[in-house]
Amino acid sequence: MVNILVKEREIVVPGQELADGMDYLPSEGAFREGDKIISSKLGLFNLDGRLIKVIPLGGKYIPKKNDTVIGRVTDVGFSGWRVDFGWAFNMNVSLKEGSRDFIPNDADLSQYYAPGDLVVAKIIKVMSSKIIDASLKMPGCRKLGTGRLIEVESSRVPRIIGKQGSMISMIKDATGCNVVVGQNGLVWIAGTDPENERKSEETIRKIENEAHSEGLTDKISAYLNVKPREIINERESNENDIQ
Amino acid sequence: MNDHGNRSNNYINLLINKKTRIDGRQFNEFRQPIEISYNVSNKAEGSARVKIGDTEVIAGVKMDVGTPYPDTLDQGNLITNSELLPLSSPLFLPGPPDPQSVELARIVDRGIRESGMIDLKKLCIREGELVWNILLDIYTINDDGNLIDAAALAAIAALRVAVLPKLEKDKVQFGEFTKTKVPIKSTPITCTIFKIGQSLIVDTNRQEEESVDARLSVAISEDGQIHAMQKGGSIGFSLEEVDSAIGLAKKASEQLRKELTK
Repeated sequence: MVNILVKEREIVVPGQELADGMDYLPSEGAFREGDKIISSKLGLFNLDGRLIKVIPLGGKYIPKKNDTVIGRVTDVGFSGWRVDFGWAFNMNVSLKEGSRDFIPNDADLSQYYAPGDLVVAKIIKVMSSKIIDASLKMPGCRKLGTGRLIEVESSRVPRIIGKQGSMISMIKDATGCNVVVGQNGLVWIAGTDPENERKSEETIRKIENEAHSEGLTDKISAYLNVKPREIINERESNENDIQ
Repeated sequence: MNDHGNRSNNYINLLINKKTRIDGRQFNEFRQPIEISYNVSNKAEGSARVKIGDTEVIAGVKMDVGTPYPDTLDQGNLITNSELLPLSSPLFLPGPPDPQSVELARIVDRGIRESGMIDLKKLCIREGELVWNILLDIYTINDDGNLIDAAALAAIAALRVAVLPKLEKDKVQFGEFTKTKVPIKSTPITCTIFKIGQSLIVDTNRQEEESVDARLSVAISEDGQIHAMQKGGSIGFSLEEVDSAIGLAKKASEQLRKELTK
């Protein structure tokens, strides 16, 4: 006997039973206890195929493999860098993962990234001992220049990016700013004009505040006075769609 | 992120050089809303909560009797104390008061004392024997920059509504208030001018505060007189800069005074 006990997008609380039976699998924010799947978070219930997921309403960012995050270099060692990305522990970027360029044996590593530099990094390994390895070689990873750094709720990040990046490209089109969104909730904005940067920040704050409302893309396109970009190939479900 | 120092220093300086600010305000503009709520504590003789943007400070006035100091036998005493609560900022830690906390209390105290805001002579009960002590306590609830102006405004707002408690046989009856107000002669407003690069601005938020090179706090009474000043930060002000800072403070403090007298 298989039962889903809650409706899609319903708010669930920690300890609440979500499903009965072995046909479904617990994913993020849920765990199995005997025959039951139970929520471990306060959030929205989400069913994706056979996977049961709870999308948290808020809370601290928890690093995952393959997340692209924004961080600040705090330390340069002999064999790599340490990067603070807003979690309890800093992440390590080893020499091997540091740069697409060749790094000679006797190089001064602070020439590549010095303490205080902002970087976009990709998490390549999360160990249970809270050691996190990241790479600065992956596509999109780089050092960020001078710009506006803002913090948003990390659970709202998928909403800020939008379906296949629709929301974020709308902001970029409307304001002409370069915007980088890290999964850890840090957003970097740089444009030629401070006024445009402020407009981008306000739009992102608006998305963050209204993340749970329907038809947000239309609202934001009206707010920015631009047409949303056509989404070329619509997919049934994408990690960024939910919420 | 844990790294609060040096966070967006370059960016803030860049904006200031372009004559604009991170939140789009003018250089002489305070954050809005400026909110003052009175008598937020029912145990205190007078109290006020001030919000300037996201910065929030509570000031409370307690009255007690005691012996006067030997050099002011016919005057009451004003004792100001401030506490930077750890909940108000990630940079504030529990423990004994740090220099920032002491400085905050002294700037507020000096503005009130030197302007003669309180008529301390009227707080004398029996000369040389018994006088009123005003205990002014400042608590930061949230530090989003410019604590000095918010704390000074809260302190003054609390003093303006403070009343004397009942006195029986030289003992204060705590919790029983009379209708007699603490004698107030003037209302000095403390306005702090911050120097970033070559520019002078008022009311920095936390991001801007990290880039501040120097600051000058000016206490100005309603007739435009300057009663107290305090300079902080690592670099200096030129003579012309002090002049323009005072001019800016006089003008900008009206925004706070307007809220106080509303």
